Amino acid sequence: MAGAKSPQASAATPAAIRLEGVSKSYRLPNGTAFEAVKNVSLCVPQGDIFGLIGTSGAGKSTLLRLVNRLEHPDAGRVFVGGREIVALGKAELRVARQSMGMIFQQFNLLQNATVFDNVAFPLRIHGKASPGDVFRRVRECLDLVGLLDKIDSHPAQLSGGQKQRVAIARALAPRPEVLLCDEPTSALDSETTRSVLDTLRNVNRRLGVTVLIVTHELAVVRALCRKVAVMEGGEVAEQFSVDETEPYRECRRTALGRELARMAIYADVQNDLERLDAAFA
Amino acid sequence: MSPNIVAILPELWTAIGQTLLMLGIGLSAAVLLGGPLGVLLFLLGPGQSLERPALFGAISWLVNTVRSFPFIILLVALVPLTRLIAGTSIGPVAAAVPLSLAAVPYFARLVEQNLRDVPRGVIEAAHAMGASEWQIVRRVLLVEARSGLVLGLTVLAISFLSYSAVAGVVGGGGIGDLAIRYGYYRFQTDVMVLTVAILIVIVQLIQFAGNGIARRLDKR
Repeated sequence: MAGAKSPQASAATPAAIRLEGVSKSYRLPNGTAFEAVKNVSLCVPQGDIFGLIGTSGAGKSTLLRLVNRLEHPDAGRVFVGGREIVALGKAELRVARQSMGMIFQQFNLLQNATVFDNVAFPLRIHGKASPGDVFRRVRECLDLVGLLDKIDSHPAQLSGGQKQRVAIARALAPRPEVLLCDEPTSALDSETTRSVLDTLRNVNRRLGVTVLIVTHELAVVRALCRKVAVMEGGEVAEQFSVDETEPYRECRRTALGRELARMAIYADVQNDLERLDAAFA
Repeated sequence: MSPNIVAILPELWTAIGQTLLMLGIGLSAAVLLGGPLGVLLFLLGPGQSLERPALFGAISWLVNTVRSFPFIILLVALVPLTRLIAGTSIGPVAAAVPLSLAAVPYFARLVEQNLRDVPRGVIEAAHAMGASEWQIVRRVLLVEARSGLVLGLTVLAISFLSYSAVAGVVGGGGIGDLAIRYGYYRFQTDVMVLTVAILIVIVQLIQFAGNGIARRLDKR
């Protein structure tokens, strides 16, 4: 990991992902342009778990996809690990994408390949690892997500939560600096959501991978994120730290922000009550 | 055994050989030329990674045009080309030329349709991992669509078994030709029944094998 930091990112916590004035619009079927992302600037510090929330259509998924250029921005600059992404040529972009893992709502695993082959996929396409290295790295990653025993299964034999954890292992195999998560738990029930969130937290803590997660579930933000940005109408309406327990409710500009503040207060009160209960018991 | 059948028995073995030869050449051409053409058609298509509307339109138009020819007309119209490629315009190898030309766009369409069934997200995930177009074709599209492709090839093989009967017009031979010459023109009903029965058995075998292979390849 040494030397991965760029000279520009000399601040105390260098930015893993930095967006500068990024815009993206689509042409709708009726011919009008729809501005999905409007002049957004955002900074995700290295090693952070950063949430991106908003109602559907707020542009949060588009913003995430601009980071690894699955969508090409109309304007603005995108830096990942100090490297400018927008100006890269096709081949350079492919190399840059090795340091950006991504997981999806629908998992997007190869159905006709085993768990082993799925996790080995990114290692094989980059063609640098020997079969022995691939074998070792795949086992390492599956061990990290707790699915080593499923190495020879096919995705159809796994539960939703297990599929997402295989997808996480696949994303981690090439040792990325950042992990982009597009609604990773939205197709899962609350039980398996917890296992996926535990895995993501574990990945962040043990590997130091920066996680940028798009979700509409506030519970996911509460359980996982350190910082969060609320998107509204293609713009970042506000940003704050999730664990701020002061009653910031009045200061929050967005409904989602106030909702998160209220959840934080409730959790606080709940803690106090439990402490009282314990004292009287 | 009826005397009619005994009389054609030696010819029957040749005919089966000719049918298999025509099918073999036609299907090989379909896979080797139609397969890549179908992949290209898919990749150039709307919303895909190499989207080129004009080129896609041109190839698509060409594929439709070749496919709109009734096979017997294609067979006759292509005689000069056949002579150029096969050196002769009669016999099973000659008949395989128009057969191949018809099979290529047919299979290209089947390939294109099957690749469209591969979930977009899986292709997108491969892009996000930094895969090149060629790697996506080889490691994603062909892997995910493989059972559909086998079934497509099965459909093609059975269609072309019946196309090959028409090849009798240019002396292509084959089982279908036998059925027409003896069973139909000479009113030898027993020969007709035998040849049709053989064709039924071949069709059933092809479909059985195709289904079996496709099922084994499909892990979804």
